[in-house]
Amino acid sequence: MAETRDRPRSPLVELTYARLRELIREPEAVFWVFVFPIILTAILGLAFRSRPPDALRVAVAAGANAEARSAAITAGEGLEPRVMPEKEALEALGRGRVVLVVSGGEPPTYSYDPTQPESRAARLAVDTALQKAAGRADAFVPARSEITEPGTRYVDFLVPGLLGMNIMGTGMWGIGFSLVVARNGKLLKRLVAAPVRRGQILGAQIIARLLFLIPEAAALLIFANLVLDVPLRGSFLLLSVVSLLGALAFSGIGLLAAARPRTIEGVSGVMNLVMVPMWIFSGIFFSTERFPAAIQPFVQALPLTGLNDALRAVMLEGAGLVTVLPELALLAVWGIVSFVIAVRVFRWQ
Amino acid sequence: MTSPPPTSALRCRGLVKRFGAVTAVNGLDLDVKSGECFGMLGPNGAGKTTTVEILEGLTPADAGEVEVLGQRWQGDGHALRSRLGVQLQETKFPEKLQVAEVMALFRSFYPHGMTVREALAIVGLQEKAGARVNTLSGGQKQRLSLACALIGDPELLFLDEPTTGLDPQSRRQTWDIVEGMKARGRTVLITTHYMEEAAQLCDRVAIVDQGKVIALDTPRALVSSLGAEHVVEFAVENGVALSEPALAALPSVEGVAFEDGTWRLTVREVHRTVPALLAMLAERGAAPTHLTTHHATLEDVFMALTGRRLRDG
Repeated sequence: MAETRDRPRSPLVELTYARLRELIREPEAVFWVFVFPIILTAILGLAFRSRPPDALRVAVAAGANAEARSAAITAGEGLEPRVMPEKEALEALGRGRVVLVVSGGEPPTYSYDPTQPESRAARLAVDTALQKAAGRADAFVPARSEITEPGTRYVDFLVPGLLGMNIMGTGMWGIGFSLVVARNGKLLKRLVAAPVRRGQILGAQIIARLLFLIPEAAALLIFANLVLDVPLRGSFLLLSVVSLLGALAFSGIGLLAAARPRTIEGVSGVMNLVMVPMWIFSGIFFSTERFPAAIQPFVQALPLTGLNDALRAVMLEGAGLVTVLPELALLAVWGIVSFVIAVRVFRWQ
Repeated sequence: MTSPPPTSALRCRGLVKRFGAVTAVNGLDLDVKSGECFGMLGPNGAGKTTTVEILEGLTPADAGEVEVLGQRWQGDGHALRSRLGVQLQETKFPEKLQVAEVMALFRSFYPHGMTVREALAIVGLQEKAGARVNTLSGGQKQRLSLACALIGDPELLFLDEPTTGLDPQSRRQTWDIVEGMKARGRTVLITTHYMEEAAQLCDRVAIVDQGKVIALDTPRALVSSLGAEHVVEFAVENGVALSEPALAALPSVEGVAFEDGTWRLTVREVHRTVPALLAMLAERGAAPTHLTTHHATLEDVFMALTGRRLRDG
């Protein structure tokens, strides 16, 4: 039997409790919010874990000088030569099993695909090795500084992106879904018929979502930090501010997406329309710099791009408040504008 | 209550509401007295729900005036809403919440009212307080909806088709709850398309059709307006023509109607009409295929006024 209180709490508190209870009692929601990002991080972290760089595989066409060439290449840096008949070697190149073929008499012929970075690297390394064997002396020996420390690995890049993606997803689905279900089941209409302010009905949705952010972000960050050694270089407080503002911005956008649709199908369509471009363009899995300059203004204006950039800056570069101010401003504008429009066009019944 | 209740709990004049080309409410007037149980009886699509939602301040009217507990709807009507109890048709409460949690939520909206325990006791859901909404039966969900309407201890209670889709036992329970509200001196406005419900619960009934009130009185007065207390229904074999004047001339007959191959006579005394009717049918060689009699009901009043039945099909 549930506890019955004599003195009722405020409507805002009750509405927020109701929303939190709904969220916690939905096993699927708990899975997608808490477990899924951790599984995804673990899998991707494993797939892109740090390991010694693969040797470049090159083929040496069989012939009188093949053994000598193979030995010279083996002495070179990061190369793995194999001797095979020339025809077979060229076939292997075509299929991508080797990245370069050394053939012909003296001087040798290098066959490779100059559009492939690995082929170009192999050409340089093979050439250096063969020239050295032929008697060329190095003009100087450079000092080396190899960097593979935490913070520059793929998984370090990935975790802030996944956190941003999660903040977007929970904000949009968490708010959008529950409002459309309530509208569809005439619960919104019933609430409006009761003496409760509409601002409190919507406000409770947002407060519940912000409270949910705490365990949600904490689960992913603690896992990433303890298990994968992903660093937090900036201040924890600033990271919290960035996450909170991101969650607020996506609450506003979720509210707007759910302002009109009457059915789950309707709101799902709107959600996908909003979220799919951001999954692609906002730098979750790879850097936004890969997109051409022509679409950069669009890419940079997306709220998730701002959130991901700010999260990475704080976590990986230890950025301060001033550095991430433009991103925070972008998130605030998205949040405020969509919230204002959503409240104006909201369909209560 | 400190101040004397106003004589009129609810008053509307010339209510009009159009949805595109359809006029759902077409110049409807109502006066509900304080403390009475007032019924709006009419078929589906008569405009009952639209009217109630206008009165509840959920839908703006295209024309007409509304006064609820002496006030007009303006702004969000917050103060007025805290004096009303509202049950809508089929509200889906959050499925994962427990019954008592839903009640506590609704209780928090009202400045005064009963405790969750009291409201659950009134609708007989005490033992379901800890059950989740999605485990309730249809009748229990309806009672939860009723409990949410009652929890602010409203002066005026709106019940829109409260028993539609319920089994007879659940319907009886709902009726008992409404009787209890009446006993507490609360005003109730109830819409229904069940004439038994209107006859059982309501002090006065407005019969509504096509967005208008076509008759309004106590259930007893409405039935006696037919001028006769009994109805004789019969049908004869195909092809045998009977004339309305001939039937009207039979002893004790007050009204004659023909619909869907069935004749309906409203009669004062069945024992005088039926022998004469059978004699007339025998004389014309028209064997009756069906003959029944019953006490006149609100359904018969509706049919006498509109020529149609209350329920579809």
